[in-house]
Amino acid sequence: MTDAPKRTPLYDLHVELGGKMVDFAGWEMPVQYPMGIMGEHNHTRTKAGLFDVSHMGQVILRGEGVAEKLETLVPSALTTLKEGKARYTFFTNDDGGIMDDLIVANAGDHLFVVVNASMRQQDIPHMVQHLDGIEVTEILDRALVAIQGPAAENVVGDLCPAARALTFMQTTVAEILGVECRISRLGYTGEDGFEISIPQDKAVEICRAFLAHEDCAPVGLGARDSLRLESGLCLYGNDIDNATSPVEASLTWAMQKRRREEGGFPGAARIQRELADGPAKKLVGIKPTGRAPARAGVEVQDLDGNPIGTITSGGFGPTVGAPVAMGYVTTKHSEPATQINLIIRGKAQPATIVALPFVTQNYKR
Amino acid sequence: MTTYYSEEHEWVTVEGEIATIGITQHAADQLGEIVFVEQKDVAETFEKGDDIGVIESVKAASEIYAPVDGEVITVNDMLAENPAALNDTPESDAWIYKIKLTNVAQLDDLMDLDGYKTFIG
Repeated sequence: MTDAPKRTPLYDLHVELGGKMVDFAGWEMPVQYPMGIMGEHNHTRTKAGLFDVSHMGQVILRGEGVAEKLETLVPSALTTLKEGKARYTFFTNDDGGIMDDLIVANAGDHLFVVVNASMRQQDIPHMVQHLDGIEVTEILDRALVAIQGPAAENVVGDLCPAARALTFMQTTVAEILGVECRISRLGYTGEDGFEISIPQDKAVEICRAFLAHEDCAPVGLGARDSLRLESGLCLYGNDIDNATSPVEASLTWAMQKRRREEGGFPGAARIQRELADGPAKKLVGIKPTGRAPARAGVEVQDLDGNPIGTITSGGFGPTVGAPVAMGYVTTKHSEPATQINLIIRGKAQPATIVALPFVTQNYKR
Repeated sequence: MTTYYSEEHEWVTVEGEIATIGITQHAADQLGEIVFVEQKDVAETFEKGDDIGVIESVKAASEIYAPVDGEVITVNDMLAENPAALNDTPESDAWIYKIKLTNVAQLDDLMDLDGYKTFIG
C-alpha cells in the first residue's frame, strides 16, 4: 500500500493559479502552470520565477561541535564555514558514492540543512544515527519557496530590504510582512535568487505578495528541471547516486583542500584514489548536433561504435534553443570538443562533448 | 472527404484511396510544447499500430501509432524546421503524412468526430 501524496502549504494556491499537479517523490506538485514549461523557463531567465520547494527536507542540527561531527558524513569543510554562509555538499557512503546532495548553512547557534524530498526518509535517520550528541530536528511547519531570476532581488527586496544585502551563498533571518523568515541567496536554476523558509500559515500570503510584483510568475517542476540542466546542476537520482563518486561527477570543487587531503568521511579511500589517479568516467555536458533530444538512459558511443557511456539527464534547453544533455563517458572521451554518437531509438545521432554549464551562471558574487 | 479519429488521438482525412494523417489538438495540448518530430520516409509502408514517428515535447517523447495500414507518399517537411506548428495547427497545416491506404476497411474501426469528442470527454 502506498500513502496518498502529500500536499505542501501552497497546494491550494497552485490549483488556483492553474497548476497541473503531478505526484513527485510522494508530493502533489505543480509540473507547470498555464504559461507552459518553455514560457516559465524563459520567464525565470529574464524576470523572476516563484518555485514551491516545500517538499524538500529542512532540518536543524544543534549541539556541541556540530560542524566537526557533520564533517564525518560529508567531504566538505564545515568547521570553517562562517556564520551566515551556506555551502553545497553531499553525504557519501562507505564506497565513496553519493547518498544525497544537500545545502548546509551556518545559522549561528545551529546548522540549517536542506535535503532532497525523495531522500528525507534516508537522510534524517542517517544524521540521527551518526551525529552523536546532536539534536536533529526536521522542520515540518515551514514552507520553502525559491524566487529565481534577474528580477529576484527586486521581487524579494521590495518586501525585505535585508535580502538585497546578501551575496551568493549568504543566509540571514529577516522579516517579510512582519513574519520572521530564513532567506538564503542561492538556488537551482543558475540564476541569481533566493530560497526562503516561511512559517506555513503565512506562506500563501507572502507568496501572493511576491506574485503581485509584475516580474514574478509561478514556475513548476518542468521548467525547474530544464533550468538546472542548462546550468549544469546535478539532479540526485539521475546524474549522481549511490554508485557515482563526487570525483566522477565533477564535484571536486565542493570538497575543500583540507578535506580532500585529510579524509575522515565515508568512502574517503576511493575518493582520494580517484583524485590522485583520475576517475574511470566523468560527468560531462553533451550537445546533440541535430534537433532530437537525448534523454536519460540513451547510450553514448565513440565514432567506432564502442559504448563509452550513458546520458543521465537530457531534454530541450529553451535558452540554448536546442537539445542539451549531461552524462557519463569514459575519462578518455571526456575532453570538450570530442565527437561522439548518441543511440536514439536505435539510430546513431552525432553529438559533441562540451564544458558545463550550457548557460552562464548569473550569481551575485 | 471524411475525417476519422483514432483512440491514439490521430485524425485521418480520406479522399479516395489517399489519406492525410495528423494528431488532434487534444493530443497536442496534452503533449505540451513540441520541440522535435521524427518522421518516416516516402515509400515506407506500415501496418495499423506500427510506430510511424516520434513527437518530442519539452516533457517527453511520444510515439505516433499508425491508425491504418498504408504507404507514405508525402512527408510534411515543414515540421522538421518548425515542430511547434504541431501545437498551433495540428489539424490543418501541421499534418504529418499523406499516405496511400492499403486496407480501406480499417476505417470502419475508427471514430467520427462526435465519437472522438465523447471518447476524450
